[in-house]
Amino acid sequence: MLKPEAANRLRAIVGAGDYRDDIEALVAHSYDGTPMLQSLPDAVIYPESTEEVSKIMAVLAEYGIPLVSRGSGSNLSGGTVPSQGGVVMVMHRMNRILEVDLENLTATVQPGIITAEFIAHVESLGLFYPPDPSSMRISTIGGNIAECSGGLRGLKYGTTKDYVIGLEAVLAGGEVIRTGGKLMKDVAGYDLTKLLVGSEGTLAVITEATLKLIPPPKTKKTMLAMYKDLYGAARTVSRIIESRIIPATLEFLDNPTIRVVDDFAKLGLPLDMEAILLIEQDGDPEAVERDMERIREVCELEQAERVEVAATREEAEKLLTARRSAFTALARLRPTTILEDATVPRSKIADMVLRINEIARKYNVQIATFGHAGDGNLHPTATTDARDHEEIERVEQAFAEIFEAAIELGGTITGEHGVGMVKAPYLEWKTGPAGIALMKGIKQAFDPKGLLNPGKMFAKESRKRVVLQHGQ
Amino acid sequence: MANDTPKLGKPDIAHSNPLSRDMLAKLDYDQLTNCMRCGFCLPACPTFRETGLEPESPRGRIALMKAVADGIMEPNQAFQDQMYHCLGCRACEPACPADVKYGRLIEQARDVIEDHAKHSAPVKVMRKAVFSSLFPNRSRLKWLGRSLGAYQKSGLRKLARGTGAMKLFPKHLREMEAILPDASGKGVLERLGGEFYPAKGEPIGRVGMFRGCIMDVMFAETNVRTVKLLSEAGFDVVIPDTQVCCGALHAHSGEMDGARELARSNIAAFKAAGVDYIASNAGGCGALLIEYDHLLHEEDAWREDAEWFAKRVIDVSALIVEKGRVPAFAERMARNLSGAAADTASVNPDQTPKTLITYQDSCHLRNVMKGSDAPRRLMRSVAGVSFVEMKEADRCCGSAGIYNVTQPEMAGQILEHKMEHANRTEARYLLTSNPGCLLQMKLGIEKHGDSSRMEAMHIVDFLYERLAAEDANERN
Repeated sequence: MLKPEAANRLRAIVGAGDYRDDIEALVAHSYDGTPMLQSLPDAVIYPESTEEVSKIMAVLAEYGIPLVSRGSGSNLSGGTVPSQGGVVMVMHRMNRILEVDLENLTATVQPGIITAEFIAHVESLGLFYPPDPSSMRISTIGGNIAECSGGLRGLKYGTTKDYVIGLEAVLAGGEVIRTGGKLMKDVAGYDLTKLLVGSEGTLAVITEATLKLIPPPKTKKTMLAMYKDLYGAARTVSRIIESRIIPATLEFLDNPTIRVVDDFAKLGLPLDMEAILLIEQDGDPEAVERDMERIREVCELEQAERVEVAATREEAEKLLTARRSAFTALARLRPTTILEDATVPRSKIADMVLRINEIARKYNVQIATFGHAGDGNLHPTATTDARDHEEIERVEQAFAEIFEAAIELGGTITGEHGVGMVKAPYLEWKTGPAGIALMKGIKQAFDPKGLLNPGKMFAKESRKRVVLQHGQ
Repeated sequence: MANDTPKLGKPDIAHSNPLSRDMLAKLDYDQLTNCMRCGFCLPACPTFRETGLEPESPRGRIALMKAVADGIMEPNQAFQDQMYHCLGCRACEPACPADVKYGRLIEQARDVIEDHAKHSAPVKVMRKAVFSSLFPNRSRLKWLGRSLGAYQKSGLRKLARGTGAMKLFPKHLREMEAILPDASGKGVLERLGGEFYPAKGEPIGRVGMFRGCIMDVMFAETNVRTVKLLSEAGFDVVIPDTQVCCGALHAHSGEMDGARELARSNIAAFKAAGVDYIASNAGGCGALLIEYDHLLHEEDAWREDAEWFAKRVIDVSALIVEKGRVPAFAERMARNLSGAAADTASVNPDQTPKTLITYQDSCHLRNVMKGSDAPRRLMRSVAGVSFVEMKEADRCCGSAGIYNVTQPEMAGQILEHKMEHANRTEARYLLTSNPGCLLQMKLGIEKHGDSSRMEAMHIVDFLYERLAAEDANERN
């Protein structure tokens, strides 16, 4: 519970209905999409404007109350679990598209807009916003910015950071800053825009964003290639890139995933395949045609057992089913699904998948791997049961070793889900002690009292995954 | 992969609050654990869309149930109310990657709440009258039909409306009263004069017709036409007279024991009739009938028969499309609202503008019976008619069993948004597959539409009236 005086001041800012500290509201904001993490906040608040956000943050600073800002709470790294209590600020009410500037090809939005709704609006105007995290039907642009979300189109089009060109944000003390703008070039000082993208709510609260839009590709083609040799699939990925072709989508399923997906969606996939690649190219019709032909040649050269190119949109949808049902099929196997995002240079995909399979065997846990082969971003996914503590222990050990393997191969502990609480114990493996010290210095400069999303990003060195239960 | 791991149970918590204790005992803890909180259900949920509040979402409600079972929170009044804010439309289930049986959880939660409910004396009498005496009892339902019919015909209705006596009721009940169809004590059996109605031509199979309770009092003629339509499609139809209410309203209102008792009676009735299919023309009923196997899964004596029953349940549209001989349907002439036909014989049929129709999904038919495709195929098969898909036709209309009576504010808000989409289709007919949705659509047209331009109808009535001419001649 907050001090009554602080609660009253917050209530006065947003109105009684938009400040809640009843147990129903607290329980419903005690979790996000991360398994096994739960912690009750002291209050939940729903601001409607930058001005309200600013006033709220001034009060929180005055009383030393922690703040977790969030959109839909779909993140997978525990980044929006209020692990130290305090106030959860839900940005859903600030969900307007303020402007689409057709002359500059930019959109200016509030953070609470649902990504898929924003994309639908932009597409209705004949424009294209490429970042497409799998959660886009529920996640918000603000949340995507805070986590620097990726998606299936990352390889060719980049991720959220490549489309955010201006921000309005509120600092820990309530001051409002604006960074960047409708500018394709801007080197005035440090690039605060890029710094805030992916800062996971630990530096400031984003209240408005200016996003870059691009013209949409004219056409798209889809292909599925199946391999008995994992390295053949991996070499296909490298060779396509070597051929100076950047596909719009280059997705990967390993054998354990193929088995689960086929069992779920009854697609009649050959179960002796070690890998499936889903490849899409978009652009001008002639260029797409030429690229697809070349990609098919590469697949065949690398001994693909079967290559299918969709002739129609319906056929393409069918080919996409395998990749699209991967998560669903895995999620239905066991009660708890832990989806990770270890990432390696794309030339190391095959090595990484083999390491993951070895590690899964070593710890006797079920891990299937699918993901964005084109950008090296894999999703080793453990299916387990949160109630089986002994097994969970083994899953955590397995993941620690998977992160270690990723680093060894020149990769990273997280490609697109963020550090949050789950990866905090491993961050130093990637950044080194000097890197951590520098990041902590940045945090100190933005948030000297340590009130913004405390307990995230930086952890006491520990390999054990943090498991909180029953509130604080 | 899934089966080689031992099942884990519930946490061992000694609750002092009896409501919490029973929540832990009755809630399917595996389902609570299966929810991985990804949030994919949020955009599918009508109450979340209206409010934007996490507790008003399936993910939020499951978290609340789990928090009560785990002892993190007390099951206070707000919690109990929240369990009733849910429409039970189950649109969250197809959206869920992990296949969480949300419908089961919400019914279990309500069941526990009702076991502990301290209803005020009048509410207790009402609930007992409705759930224990009225719905399970055919003759009382018929009596209600007769009385309601008499009230509507006698001039009492006019008197009640004219004198303002209706103003004594809350606004939403007054609005509902105004759109109720003419009730009758004569159900489908009385109208057809017997339990059996033969197939036209070589019989494909034997169908048991589930007549429903509301359907048979409020829409008995639709039941008659369902039987005749099934006969046209090649089915022998039997209407076992010993069948009772399906129990859906009981199950949704936390009266699980009542629902199970009705299920047992229905299984016995249809088993005795020896049917190949059990046809429902009400998505709300069909969705419970098709889950009788789950409803009785703990009863050894009934498990097998319940599975026999559930396997045979099918919506009338799907039965015709998938198993029957689909009759030819045609819009024969331009119609005006009173149903009188205008003479269009002199007009070239190619130039006659097609009648626009649209469709509001029954949530339970769509999300539970997975039957959203068959009605659309039937509608598209009608010559001279053009089917327009309404935006968000797959979203709940706010009727949701008795939700529009118990939660009028939220239901009204949802209906208003629904009618914006309906009006935009400019359809002449708005079709549905469930009596609750049909009444709600009628109400919607009264309140937010133009009743001189749009009419709500059950799909069976619409199709029956468009059986092609030669068939109609034969029938006459």
